[in-house]
Amino acid sequence: MMEKMIFGRFIPGDSVVHRMDPRAKILFVFLFIAIVFVANNAWGYAILLGFTLLVVFLSKIRLYFLINGLKPVFILLIFTFFLHLFFTREGDLLFSFGFIEIYEEGLRQGIFISIRFLVLVFMTSVLTLTTSPISITDGIEVLLGPFKKIKLPVHELALMMSISLRFIPTLMDETGKILKAQMARGSDIGSGPMKERVKAVVPLLIPLFVSAFKRAEDLATAMEVRGYRGGEGRTRYRQLNWQLADTLSLVLLAGLTAVLWYFRA
Amino acid sequence: MEILLKGVGYSYAEDTPFEKRALTDVNLHIPSGSYTAIIGHTGSGKSTVLQHLNALLKPTEGVVMIGDRKIEAGVKAKDLRNVRRQVGIVFQFPEQQLFDETVLKDIMFGPLNFGVPEKEAERRARELVVQLGLPDGVLEKSPFDLSGGQMRRVAIAGVLAMEPEVLVLDEPTAGLDPRGRREIMDLFHELHITKNLTTVLVTHSMEDAARYADRVAIMHKGHCMVTGEPKAIFSNEEQLQDYSLQPPRSVRLQRDFEERTGLKLGEISLTEEVLAKNIALAMAEGSRSL
Repeated sequence: MMEKMIFGRFIPGDSVVHRMDPRAKILFVFLFIAIVFVANNAWGYAILLGFTLLVVFLSKIRLYFLINGLKPVFILLIFTFFLHLFFTREGDLLFSFGFIEIYEEGLRQGIFISIRFLVLVFMTSVLTLTTSPISITDGIEVLLGPFKKIKLPVHELALMMSISLRFIPTLMDETGKILKAQMARGSDIGSGPMKERVKAVVPLLIPLFVSAFKRAEDLATAMEVRGYRGGEGRTRYRQLNWQLADTLSLVLLAGLTAVLWYFRA
Repeated sequence: MEILLKGVGYSYAEDTPFEKRALTDVNLHIPSGSYTAIIGHTGSGKSTVLQHLNALLKPTEGVVMIGDRKIEAGVKAKDLRNVRRQVGIVFQFPEQQLFDETVLKDIMFGPLNFGVPEKEAERRARELVVQLGLPDGVLEKSPFDLSGGQMRRVAIAGVLAMEPEVLVLDEPTAGLDPRGRREIMDLFHELHITKNLTTVLVTHSMEDAARYADRVAIMHKGHCMVTGEPKAIFSNEEQLQDYSLQPPRSVRLQRDFEERTGLKLGEISLTEEVLAKNIALAMAEGSRSL
């Protein structure tokens, strides 16, 4: 199941979206999140959905794969939909059965909120799917640059982020390995009563912690040996490169805002 | 206990863009009581095959028979505990799986999981610690206070304590010093004979395969290419080269010796000891004919 999860995963590829500057992509997504709230009627939401699908199309990620990979998120989506459907009591009564009463406004709200949610999840997924974790951190470091003035340790935060991102796959691999080794010794995680399951986690977690600490120590030594001394005066190997397409993407976003504003009820 | 792989295929992360095919149409028969070495270049699918031997992985195509238990692609397999009890796996770097407070408890973890009474599990642990040449008093220590080599031995004891009928070894001596390697491999061989085990050894070391195995299977790019007796496999140098493998040291030395001296030693020598004996024989004969 974990193999199919795509949340926070990066798929290397070659598309307009892949080639964009990470700063542009991060800005784009953050602005988009704000803009989503401009829409307040069917037109607005239809445009948002269309726009998102266009971006997915441009990123060359298969829609089927995206939907499949975000299955766990859809459970949340369906939950919110029904929550709005059942608990909003405005507008005309559409349907009633026993204590269940569905109002027009509830249906409307349910659909709108679901679309809003879907659009946000798709857009953020496209960001992480098309941008390598390292680029994201680079982008964030530059975008947060101004906060250095107020003594925010931006470089250290970015470094922490890239190290943790870097080690997620490694730790996942290791979890798999240890899990298998303990399964081969008859430990049974994922079945039996709750108490047994909790007990079965111990043989998994302890070796994982031991190796994580060992890795951290090795990494710290390796960094020190190579003369790492923090961000002061450090040059970059990967230069960020703002291009026309990046400016255009933000212009496009401005256009979207204008259109949404026009159709706003 | 016999293990049979019939047309086994396996893909990691099936149905995603990360899908990676590891095995294609693997047919492998591991007869009861045999010592089978699986050799192959890095990434040839050795370790993936190994995980099918006790159903840690289920094939995405084909059938695996473990004793009378049938594991079939697409069919849910329930309660694999019995299979796991019968087939013990010593993974690569097994010391990573140690977790308990004391060595004793760690070794007893496996047997207790499979319902062995506590007294019996403890007896096995005490016996194995001696067999593996661990120092006195090690049982009460924390496994994390031991040296790397000792941790390895404790981890191996933890698998042996389950008293499996089939012992699967994945590079069990990687990273050990030559003497430790030899000791551990010899111990596995001794257990193979005295306990009448079926042993499967996955290894990079042609020397180990030649010395201990009575059957050798070559994996290449996810296929099982050939199986046969070590002598047949290791005398076919061209075939080995096709699969990016080299014959064991003793075979290479024998070839050089034959080339330089013009003497023929006959059958290939799978170990240094046999080679030394053959050379001595040939030399004695050579000097007599002069």
